[in-house]
Amino acid sequence: MSETTIQIAYLVASTLFILGLRNLSSPKSATLGNALAASGMFVAVLATLLAQGVVGWPTILAGVVVGSAIGAVLALRIEMTAMPQMVALLNGFGGAASALVAGAELVRAQGLDPATLAEMGGSIKASAIVLGTLIGAVTLTGSLVAFAKLQELVGGAAVTYPLQRTVNGAIAVAVVVLCVMIAIDPSRMDLYAALAAVALVFGVLLVIPIGGADMPVVISLLNSYSGIAAMATGFVLSNASLVIAGALVGASGLFLTKIMCDAMNRSLSNVLFGAFGAQADDGGAAAGGDQGTAKAYTPEDAAVIFSNASSCIIVPGYGMAVAQAQHAVAELTEVLESKGIKVSFAIHPVAGRMPGHMNVLLAEADVAYERLIEMDEINPQFPETDVALVLGANDVVNPSARADTSSPIYGMPILDVDYATNVFVIKRSMNPGFAGIQNPLFFHDNTMMIFGDAKQVVLSLVEAVKNY
Amino acid sequence: MLDDPAVALTILVLALFVGIEVISKVPPLLHTPLMSGSNAISGITIVGALIAAGTENRDLATLFGFLAIVFATINVVGGFLVTNRMLAMFKPRKKSDS
Repeated sequence: MSETTIQIAYLVASTLFILGLRNLSSPKSATLGNALAASGMFVAVLATLLAQGVVGWPTILAGVVVGSAIGAVLALRIEMTAMPQMVALLNGFGGAASALVAGAELVRAQGLDPATLAEMGGSIKASAIVLGTLIGAVTLTGSLVAFAKLQELVGGAAVTYPLQRTVNGAIAVAVVVLCVMIAIDPSRMDLYAALAAVALVFGVLLVIPIGGADMPVVISLLNSYSGIAAMATGFVLSNASLVIAGALVGASGLFLTKIMCDAMNRSLSNVLFGAFGAQADDGGAAAGGDQGTAKAYTPEDAAVIFSNASSCIIVPGYGMAVAQAQHAVAELTEVLESKGIKVSFAIHPVAGRMPGHMNVLLAEADVAYERLIEMDEINPQFPETDVALVLGANDVVNPSARADTSSPIYGMPILDVDYATNVFVIKRSMNPGFAGIQNPLFFHDNTMMIFGDAKQVVLSLVEAVKNY
Repeated sequence: MLDDPAVALTILVLALFVGIEVISKVPPLLHTPLMSGSNAISGITIVGALIAAGTENRDLATLFGFLAIVFATINVVGGFLVTNRMLAMFKPRKKSDS
């Protein structure tokens, strides 16, 4: 294949990526969009393999077979509730691949004669190699920590220790110094090894102080990093398709990061360096005592209320995912509809552990996507709604965010469930949510608490409503 | 082709604008598939991995290339497959419901 043909093939691939993402604008065309993007990848790989100069077929074949097998097993076996972990892991692998590609280029450059190697110093290529390595390595270990937290291999709480900022600051300085030194003198493989090691440690340290409830931000950001790392390798290899695809993913991740931060009314630096969860955990648990008593009800009591209701909004949160309650919720939706009650779902942008987490779970349980309604659209409907059913959500329905200027979550946009005529809150216990902040909603006159495992309670609710 | 850094930067900046434009039209409903799908696209680094592993060169570079191919392929195959699996679950309301 001539050079021009190969470049045109890469252009076709980039175009297919853009068309693929564009088709994600609607659930009707999204499957086609994914197929377009996948075929773009096929074109790019094919063009690369057919390019003159590619040898080492056994290595390539072995790598592709092993990678495809692992990827396919992961993709087909993973539970929908575990999707945040899956995406975290994939982000990490993408980062690792980019870092390795950058490293391979630097290793190869060592074979050049010293004069040519010295000439590379200070070039865009040398800078892109260090940048690709740095971001790729941070993405790898940062994602692995996020994975471990989400999979509950380690505690999900924020890990803080004395002098944390000082330690991170010192490492950041070391990273910058190493990057500059290698970019100026690319023959320093010893420094390169040090950079890779420090970057791997840095990725761990950046993510451990971030609590589980802030994971939507972290995953979005790591998603963006994996794109930026790919983009950097595009500069290393002077390859336009890597630059374009990397930029698309980098932009996508940053865009989602911004949406997630806005949905928590917090700045990115506050999420990354605030260690929010840990601070609030200290005093939060005891803070509810003076707010009155929360009233505990049974699913049978709830069925009585439902018998007079004509509309219901269900507010799912991470608790639904933990209890794997999405199928029970879908069943409840059908039973309520059969009794003539209109059911919709209010989806807060940061409900769950990643952007869109709740939508995927409910789609898995065959809840039609027209029922899944965004915050801004559904909030005006709460005052006219008979029953709001809060299922494993807490901070996203906390009225303090609206009224209490002293609350740590003041200013965060919330779902106005307390405006509904009746509010059911299904919860394991009165323990405060992940942010450790007590929720006055639980003590409102129109709020009824139903304690228990989300799935069990919803199943009893289904029976109770059916039999009423 | 991209030997002139200005050309590469031009492409980068334009691609960023296209990316933000296109992605801002994706509804929150599909943000999870957007993440897994865009993640699969970032597996484009497989192109670099193939070049690294597939060029006559030093052993260490080939090893890096091989590992990069494994990681990037997991990313690409896993990402597109799981996105497809998720998107297949998003169904509109059945006629009888409405």
